Amino acid sequence: MARTILPFGPQHPVFPEPLQLKLVLEDEIVKEAVPTLGYVHRGLERLADIRDFHQMIQICERICGICSTIHAQCYCQAIEELMGIEVPARARFLRVVWAEIHRIQSHLLWLGLFADAFGFESLFMQCWRIRERVMDINEATGGNRVNVSVNIIGGVKRGLGPDITRWILSELDLVEKEVRELEKVLLHDYTVKKRTVGKGVLTRDQALELGAVGPTLRGSGVVQDMRQLGYAAYGELTYEPVVCKDGDAYSRNKVRFLETYQAIELGREAISKLPTGEISVKVKGRPEGEVVSRVEQPRGELIYYIKGNGKKNLDRLRIRTPTFANIPPLLSMLPGIGLADVPVIVLSIDPCISCTER
Amino acid sequence: MTPNVLRNLFRKSSTRLYPKETRETFERSRGELYNEIKDCVFCRTCARKCPSQCITVDTKEATWQCDPFACIYCGVCVENCPEKCLHQKQEYRKPVTKKGVIFMKGEIKKKHKKEAEDDTS
Repeated sequence: MARTILPFGPQHPVFPEPLQLKLVLEDEIVKEAVPTLGYVHRGLERLADIRDFHQMIQICERICGICSTIHAQCYCQAIEELMGIEVPARARFLRVVWAEIHRIQSHLLWLGLFADAFGFESLFMQCWRIRERVMDINEATGGNRVNVSVNIIGGVKRGLGPDITRWILSELDLVEKEVRELEKVLLHDYTVKKRTVGKGVLTRDQALELGAVGPTLRGSGVVQDMRQLGYAAYGELTYEPVVCKDGDAYSRNKVRFLETYQAIELGREAISKLPTGEISVKVKGRPEGEVVSRVEQPRGELIYYIKGNGKKNLDRLRIRTPTFANIPPLLSMLPGIGLADVPVIVLSIDPCISCTER
Repeated sequence: MTPNVLRNLFRKSSTRLYPKETRETFERSRGELYNEIKDCVFCRTCARKCPSQCITVDTKEATWQCDPFACIYCGVCVENCPEKCLHQKQEYRKPVTKKGVIFMKGEIKKKHKKEAEDDTS
């Protein structure tokens, strides 16, 4: 059959958010994919001009609806570095607790969506049922299911008392028990393997060359994780990145699944090592200078570039989200894939389009 | 497989019929805003600090107004309120068919508390 160009998206059942891929097909085999972005651009970076730098925390938090606290944490860390603020140890550990809770819920959300992409609807519902328990931890500790709003410049707003940490630990135990029940299906089920093994292979060299980040990169056998930098309290916790070597959709699925266990473990460790003391310091002055801050989001490396000029508004705020970095690798995964496998491959990079377009 | 099927058949449903049936709220939940209008001094701190600019305060008319549909429930206004008269309920705003605003009218305080104390001393 002659070459056909098929628009995949922006509205498509597998996409939670609008992204268009123009697929060049030959006999239902993808030859080339051309992305079109820009359907949900909100101009959030520009808001730095009219909102003061304290108000920007709430705005940064709303860039992503899934890993909100990590965006706020990255922003706060950048401003703290600019202003030379030393964050109390307890606040650093509390930031890790919330970040890891967000990682668990983000990975569970993705595992559900991934299951839905290959048509396993009951698995999707199971993942999201477990996720509700994690969302409850968010609400009970931070006050909201998604935007916990705990990060402020100089520390965190809310502390965690002994009662609530005990409750979090018991909830995490239940979450782990329920996630373990899914392992048999997500990693060893015949149908799941049939749809994912060997599909959308990204070799180690390609991943490095195209600048993949996060589980997409680690799924190709590269040991790289921003948490290795030891920001917040990660330097004081035992942590080893999860890596799979095959580089296909299955290994990316495996990395994320194993990272869910790891996040539970890191959350537990951070709670057990929680030091006593203050949770925030008073902030005086305004940021001046340039800074780049990097953290590990559930989807990969998140970069904030901030330029302050000593006024209450920032001069420039530039955000590079992980999905933006993962789009070139996605385009190199697609050629040679059958049309029916496209949804699985696209979802395997965990696209967060609203994040990407800010 | 059979134990799974049986368990799922007889287990309680994981979902509920919201908004008919609501879950118990958490102590720390950040829900709808309310203002103890008799204590409010209409200083406009909440309106200035709000990242979504959903609060309008008229100092002359002594009115305080909040658009609950623009509010992002971040709690910044509550933390910054100098009189501690702003609070957040534990419950979320219920879904509605018509939009509306939270409108409150108080009384103009003749003198700020601090000024009054200075006068007497």
